[in-house]
Amino acid sequence: MNGAVGAAGFDAEAAARAWHPPPLIASPWLRWGVYAAALLYAVVAIGSIEVNWARAAEGLERGARLLGGFFPPDFTSKRQDILEGLLESLTMTVVATALGIALSVPVALGASRNLAPLPIYLLCRGIVAISRTFQEIIIAIVFVAMVGFGPLAGMLTLAFATIGFMGKLLAEDIEDIAAEQAEAIRATGAGWFQLLAWGVLPQVKPRLIGLSAYRLDINFRESAVLGLVGAGGIGDTLNTAFDRYEFDTAAAVLLVIIGIVLACEYASGWVRRAVQ
Amino acid sequence: MLLAIEGLTKRYATGDLALDRVDLLVPAGQVMALIGPSGAGKSTLIRCVNRLVEPTAGRVVLDGHAVTGLGPAALRRARRRMGMIFQEFALVERLTVMENVLSGRLGYTGFWASWFRRFPRRDIAAAFRLLDRVGLAAMADKRADALSGGQRQRVGILRALMQDPSLLLVDEPTASLDPRTSRQIMRLLVELCEERGLAAIVNIHDVALAREFAGRIVGLRAGRIVFDGSATSLGPAELTAIYGEEDWSSTIQGEAEAEAEAMA
Repeated sequence: MNGAVGAAGFDAEAAARAWHPPPLIASPWLRWGVYAAALLYAVVAIGSIEVNWARAAEGLERGARLLGGFFPPDFTSKRQDILEGLLESLTMTVVATALGIALSVPVALGASRNLAPLPIYLLCRGIVAISRTFQEIIIAIVFVAMVGFGPLAGMLTLAFATIGFMGKLLAEDIEDIAAEQAEAIRATGAGWFQLLAWGVLPQVKPRLIGLSAYRLDINFRESAVLGLVGAGGIGDTLNTAFDRYEFDTAAAVLLVIIGIVLACEYASGWVRRAVQ
Repeated sequence: MLLAIEGLTKRYATGDLALDRVDLLVPAGQVMALIGPSGAGKSTLIRCVNRLVEPTAGRVVLDGHAVTGLGPAALRRARRRMGMIFQEFALVERLTVMENVLSGRLGYTGFWASWFRRFPRRDIAAAFRLLDRVGLAAMADKRADALSGGQRQRVGILRALMQDPSLLLVDEPTASLDPRTSRQIMRLLVELCEERGLAAIVNIHDVALAREFAGRIVGLRAGRIVFDGSATSLGPAELTAIYGEEDWSSTIQGEAEAEAEAMA
């Protein structure tokens, strides 16, 4: 290892002893300052929480009574309502996902810096940003106010949220494509749409399919929540059951939701593995 | 002249002057090697010819028609006559070998026909003939990323040939290949050019390969042509003019050995 070439008088052994891996934050003042501030905040924050233990004990008892009301889950007496809510949720989910994906593809193309000119890029990034800024519940409240109670509001909400989700993640994948493959298609004299179909789509197809399956899964979960603000679906059924103190029916609805979410998650995971 | 380049200049947005008033004439059927150090502007030059890179100034005339100044639709029609071959092959990896070869016909095919892969039967037959010629007919439905480097470059060459070009723009065709495959690819290129009367501009780092396979060598340095002559007239003085000071004896000697080997 002791090569003949090198600066005279350089002691590699001493340099090796003195070498340390670089810390995350280079300046020691800043480093210890950040650690101290974090510790101080934790101490103050924990100290500021007031707990009324008497009330908590009372609440525990009430909670136990509520959970007791869940058993046994009652699937039968409100069977029709549960089935309708479930069907409504599934319809809402599928339609919203299809519509959202169809709309998100042009947005994703526009939001890719390597394909779109700057004004279109900014516009599409703006659409993505607006869609991602607001939580689904907030968007649902707006749509319920606009189009009234029911699954239409829920469907519009999920489609709108899908645009932001798919638009952003798909645009990132489009920006990461191998540029020379697209360049080669361009060099054949292909038009712009042929460039997309032959140079871009084959490279992003697995991600497009995987994200679509994942979004379908997310949309069903969200559809269960949207009912709480009146946007239709199984969430409506759940809300009604709670309002009528029919906790056994509520438990049945929860079990149905858990079952479907698990099935969706498993299916979307399988699809994503299959296309990789 | 098949290709006439006049005063071609390219200055990138970063301010780098990649090409500085380059004049170049390429007659039909001539295989020309373009050599020069990295960053000399070789890639920029061939990309300015089909305007994948937009030239800052100057004219490119192919077969009597100016390529510079064409609108988008006319430019796409002009690009069909210029096949391009890439260093990293640039096959669309998730498409099959056949799809990659047929993509050379995109300029002649409408969007929906190409979307549903409904190419004219004679295009598909032509593709199979070419694949068979390079020994890849059995691989037609394999995905392009299942192929070895040499096989991929053959597919890249076929894609360019499917365009029915009169000129090939070849960017470092052998830089990602081993020496033996490099020679096979260069031989195939030269053969195909002779058969079909194609001209080619071949960017190449390997001076020995350039001397062996190209009749004419053009040396580019810092965006200017500093040498233009036959392979035999390229000696140590000329190499120094292109690349800078270095002991060139082994480059030229190695070349002589390769020739002796080829004759033996």
